[in-house]
Amino acid sequence: MKKITLFKVATQSIIKNKLRTMLTMLGIVIGVGAVIIMVAIGNGAQSQIEKQIGNLGTNMIVITAGSTAQGGVSQGAGTFNRLTIADADKIKLNSTLLNAVSPVIVTRTQIIGGLGNWRTGVNGVSTDYLTIRNWGVSSGELFSDDDVRSKKKVVVLGNTVATNLFPDGNAVGAQVQLGRSPFTVVGVLSPKGQTATGNDQDDVVLVPYTTAQDRLSGFSFLAQILGSTSSTAVIPAAIEEVKLLMRDAHNLNGGNVPDDFTVRDQTAIAAAATSTTSVMTGLLAAIASISLIVGGIGIMNIMLVSVTERTREIGIRMAIGARGSDVLTQFLIESIVMSVLGGVIGLLVGLGGAAILGKFTGWATATPWSAVFIAVGFSAAVGVFFGYYPARKAASMNPIQALRYE
Amino acid sequence: MPAATARPAAGGPVISLDKVVKRYTMGTNEVLAMRGVDLIVEPGEMVAIMGASGSGKSTMMNIIGCLDTPTSGSYVLDGVPVNGLSRNQLADLRNQKLGFVFQGFNLLPRTTALDNVELPMLYDRAGRWTDTRATAAAALTRVGLGARMDHEPSELSGGQQQRVAIARAIVTQPTVLLADEPTGNLDSHTTVDVMSLFQELNEQGITIILVTHEPDVAQYAKRIVEMRDGRIIRDVPVADRHNAKADLASMVSDDALAVVA
Ligand SMILES: Nc1ncnc2c1ncn2[C@@H]1O[C@H](COP(=O)(O)OP(=O)(O)O)[C@@H](O)[C@H]1O
Ligand SMILES: [Mg+2]
Repeated sequence: MKKITLFKVATQSIIKNKLRTMLTMLGIVIGVGAVIIMVAIGNGAQSQIEKQIGNLGTNMIVITAGSTAQGGVSQGAGTFNRLTIADADKIKLNSTLLNAVSPVIVTRTQIIGGLGNWRTGVNGVSTDYLTIRNWGVSSGELFSDDDVRSKKKVVVLGNTVATNLFPDGNAVGAQVQLGRSPFTVVGVLSPKGQTATGNDQDDVVLVPYTTAQDRLSGFSFLAQILGSTSSTAVIPAAIEEVKLLMRDAHNLNGGNVPDDFTVRDQTAIAAAATSTTSVMTGLLAAIASISLIVGGIGIMNIMLVSVTERTREIGIRMAIGARGSDVLTQFLIESIVMSVLGGVIGLLVGLGGAAILGKFTGWATATPWSAVFIAVGFSAAVGVFFGYYPARKAASMNPIQALRYE
Repeated sequence: MPAATARPAAGGPVISLDKVVKRYTMGTNEVLAMRGVDLIVEPGEMVAIMGASGSGKSTMMNIIGCLDTPTSGSYVLDGVPVNGLSRNQLADLRNQKLGFVFQGFNLLPRTTALDNVELPMLYDRAGRWTDTRATAAAALTRVGLGARMDHEPSELSGGQQQRVAIARAIVTQPTVLLADEPTGNLDSHTTVDVMSLFQELNEQGITIILVTHEPDVAQYAKRIVEMRDGRIIRDVPVADRHNAKADLASMVSDDALAVVA
């Protein structure tokens, strides 16, 4: 029998048994739909994170206290808060590759003014901070180097803080109280959005680091030192330079002492974040794939029942001249057509489901083309794999016994 | 498979069974369903095979129909020695030289008459058929169902279903038409109706072998072969052959009389 007529015979029998066909396909529809939705969510999260990391600042280098490569040996708690203003100054003064350097002091406090009060994060920074973070002000301006030198009590509000305390937009020039000290608002930052982990980057206020040390945090250690280069190309060299300067500043040169600080750039942070999400995507897809396999077993199940149920039909076909291979191919085509059809429907369900989910939860979803092809290809493979055994069973029947089957 | 399609020299028998034995083994039980059967059927014959239940009629039909192979003895179908052929060669032989009609009609359910009749041509590997739809339609017209082509079996009477089955059996122009109790499920009127179709087809040159245990039905054939315990005990020409068409006409007038009375 020609392949095309076999295809016709197979599709006829699929159409003739609509309910059975739908039930058979259901497993594959759910399986493929689940895989597509999971991959869409994982993939969406990943591109979201990449975007947000780009948002952190271009060509940024982050120096934090403590080593990440201490071979499992925990360093004492005291060794952690060892970034100082002196370190930041030394880098600022001696670096040839960094065009901006800012210490960052992090604390939290209550800010009172405008409509009431608001608890928020305070970052004590230098005037380079906005350059490094690729950030700007929407009104007013950042404090000046003079303000930093003279420890002036001036503050720049993040967008969230400003909209909560000064919804009318009249923040600049207003007096607020930070902790126990009065501050003057000199600017409002432009909105930055959420971080990859869902933190609101606009829920923050910036003050001169000198003022922060004096009036707010009460300690002199830094959370981070941030720096930026003028181009991505020099980042590796800049990291090496900063490491040397830091080792010098911490008197680690000469000995075989490990770094007591860590220098990272965006690619390292991005790699860590995206590898986490790609592991998550893989995990989600793997879980969803299990439902695809269950769907395949469903196909095999119904095909086996169908082969038994259609024993007489198989006998008739053989009596009028069907070869075993004709019967095998017919049943195989039936199972492949059903699973591919199920795969395509599942694909549409998945794409629709991902879109609806994205709309209601606000999650970013993105379906890569590869997932589409893999889903359909995989469901065809499921059809072949789980359809073969029942088809084989049908093909090896004895025509006389098959004809006599009630 | 050229051997199966090659026609013998003109005049050879269509079927030639020589000392055919069929033994079924079920565990320690052995059944000798055929105990050395010799049978020659010439082209154009219409043979009725009779005998009590269990006498081996179906077994012989299965062997003649290449659905089964003899335990010993030889079988030559239309010049082709069947012994030792593979499963695929037997399938091709059934497709090209044989037509089957069963007691239970055995049509594909939820499939139109036309699709049912077209089916054997779709399994043809010798490329004999070009317009399978038209050929199937012609066969249905030939059995008087030209107006019922799009009907599914469930929409047809028993007699009509058997006509579809006959159309399917003859559509490939087989050498032999095999019918195992073709009227077993039909009432007497429809039985005569179907037999008139068999007689008509036989007149057109188709060799027919049919199994029946009704002596009335056997009277429509040209030759009666009787079996008992796996052996042929009687093989005679039909002396007083009935004409089904004439019987049908008289039955119709009887019915008419009955209605009048
Ligand atoms: N597949 C089989 N397995 C075992 N015994 C069988 C089988 N087919 C038929 N027989 C036996 O062979 C004998 C002849 O059967 P069969 O040819 O069907 O007779 P008939 O058609 O004349 O009634 C019976 O005794 C039957 O039980
Ligand atoms: Mg029988």
